Amino acid sequence: MYAQMVKSTGEGVKSREEMSPEEAVFQDRIDADVKIEPKDWMPEGYRKTLIRQIGQHAHSEIVGQLPEGNWITRAPTLERKAILLAKVQDEAGHGLYLYCAAETLGVTRDDLTEQLLSGKMKYSSIFNYPTLTWADIGAVGWLVDGAAIMNQVPLQRTSFGPYSRAMIRICKEESFHQRQGYDIMMKMAKGTEAQKRMAQDALNRFWYPSLMMFGPSDKDSVHSAQSLAWKIKIDTNDELRQKFVDQTVPQAEYLGLTVPDENLKWNEEKGGYDFSEPDWAEFFDVVKGNGPCNKDRLEARIKAWDEGAWVRDGLLAHAEKRAARKVAAE
Amino acid sequence: MSADLFEFLCRMGDNCLILGHRVSEWCGHAPVLEEDIALANTALDLIGQTQLWLGLAGEVEGKGRSADDLAFLRDAWDFRNVLLVELPNGDFGQTLMRQFLFDAWQELMLSALTQSSEPRVAEIAQKAVKEVAYHVERSGDTVIGLGDGSAESHARMQAALDLLYPYVGELFESDAVDQAMVKAGIAPDPESLRAAYDAKLAQVMGEATLTLPDDRFAHKGGRTGRMHTEHLGHILTEMQWLQRAYPGASW
Repeated sequence: MYAQMVKSTGEGVKSREEMSPEEAVFQDRIDADVKIEPKDWMPEGYRKTLIRQIGQHAHSEIVGQLPEGNWITRAPTLERKAILLAKVQDEAGHGLYLYCAAETLGVTRDDLTEQLLSGKMKYSSIFNYPTLTWADIGAVGWLVDGAAIMNQVPLQRTSFGPYSRAMIRICKEESFHQRQGYDIMMKMAKGTEAQKRMAQDALNRFWYPSLMMFGPSDKDSVHSAQSLAWKIKIDTNDELRQKFVDQTVPQAEYLGLTVPDENLKWNEEKGGYDFSEPDWAEFFDVVKGNGPCNKDRLEARIKAWDEGAWVRDGLLAHAEKRAARKVAAE
Repeated sequence: MSADLFEFLCRMGDNCLILGHRVSEWCGHAPVLEEDIALANTALDLIGQTQLWLGLAGEVEGKGRSADDLAFLRDAWDFRNVLLVELPNGDFGQTLMRQFLFDAWQELMLSALTQSSEPRVAEIAQKAVKEVAYHVERSGDTVIGLGDGSAESHARMQAALDLLYPYVGELFESDAVDQAMVKAGIAPDPESLRAAYDAKLAQVMGEATLTLPDDRFAHKGGRTGRMHTEHLGHILTEMQWLQRAYPGASW
């Protein structure tokens, strides 16, 4: 789940009486679970909200390469190195599918990239946390990809065709990512004392940032209400967070690790765990740019883009020369 | 014989390991998303090949060392990669030029090794040569695209070629280990690959409008272990850190 606090029209959901005839037909299609395709008519708010959401998701995949890329050259075995490389390569591929999906809405990848680099568009807050030890690579796979899957599985049913199809492909790969993360944690949790300590420390640091990935409670949010009505969003943030906690706590127990929450308790009545809210002040700080790694992450992307300008220009110049030579030869 | 074969397999494996490491340093930092994917893919292939070559090296040596033991627990003097692959990435052009200079050699070497009298060597070569055929196509196309691109990209690619060409000669050096491999029908004489390599370089550099240096001076010592660059120690420091800091742990 790499989209947080995506703004919608800000006007709330229109009643049937307020809708234009086109809007009513559009809403009927959504309600009947008919996919919206790029050439179909759509309200401007739907288009804009989707661009924001898909764009933010794509940026998250791209920036998300960095915390894991941080450990590729230090991976402890050849097999772990190969798996991590494959995973980071997948993330770049996910970014590519998502940018392509966004492009069907009339925005270019370069436009979106520029908005990321200028700070106008965001990426998921989670990637502003550092990966300090090898166990963090396990925790990222287990918790961060786990939270992502929780959000993305329902998004396979999202109303916009290209987004839905991208999510179907992405989900297949994400479940492999989560398994490899859990596998790393397993090795660490059953390993030496130092490894166990690393694993617990990684859980301690990634638990609350993972809960933050779902975004603040949105039960009263007008943006979320509109996105839910358009099936751009399928579940509320709180529903997804609850599911994530319910799924993850038994996994932590199996590993013999302790979830860093004194208030964590099974609630028989609701059939789920009661748990502490993350520190939302910290979340808003991170979103504003004050997380531990915001500056580094953005600088790395800006550097890659700026230093790559001559490569993009050079390849473009070559393509133009070739095209000109082909025309001259004909 | 097995000592020579072990040495030969370390040369093959260490080239893949060290170049794979270098290429993986790009992860998340490439000029365009497609290149991030391609670089990660190349690094992944090279690490996969490392597992095969060093795995076989450990088997041939017969002292119970695994591919991981060889990768993570040897010091610089035991590494047998050519100097070319341990050189820093530089800019994207330098990385792709290094890749092409290596790929063009590796493709010729692996093609010859598919006919090796040692079936385990032939088997690895058959698998790897398919991956490398794609690597050389891509790195060659990129060298051509950037060489025959803008004025700036042309100048950068020429500078990369001038910098790296003195490291090409080592790929074709021959010593007693190579002679033993030739005698046993396991591997070709490296020198025998040079003519085909020169032809490939002439073709690609021609299309790239780049000029091959006349001087054939060659830096060497990596594949015999006599001499490495100072860069190798830093690569190993990073790569081997976890294994060294937590000896005996299982990951």
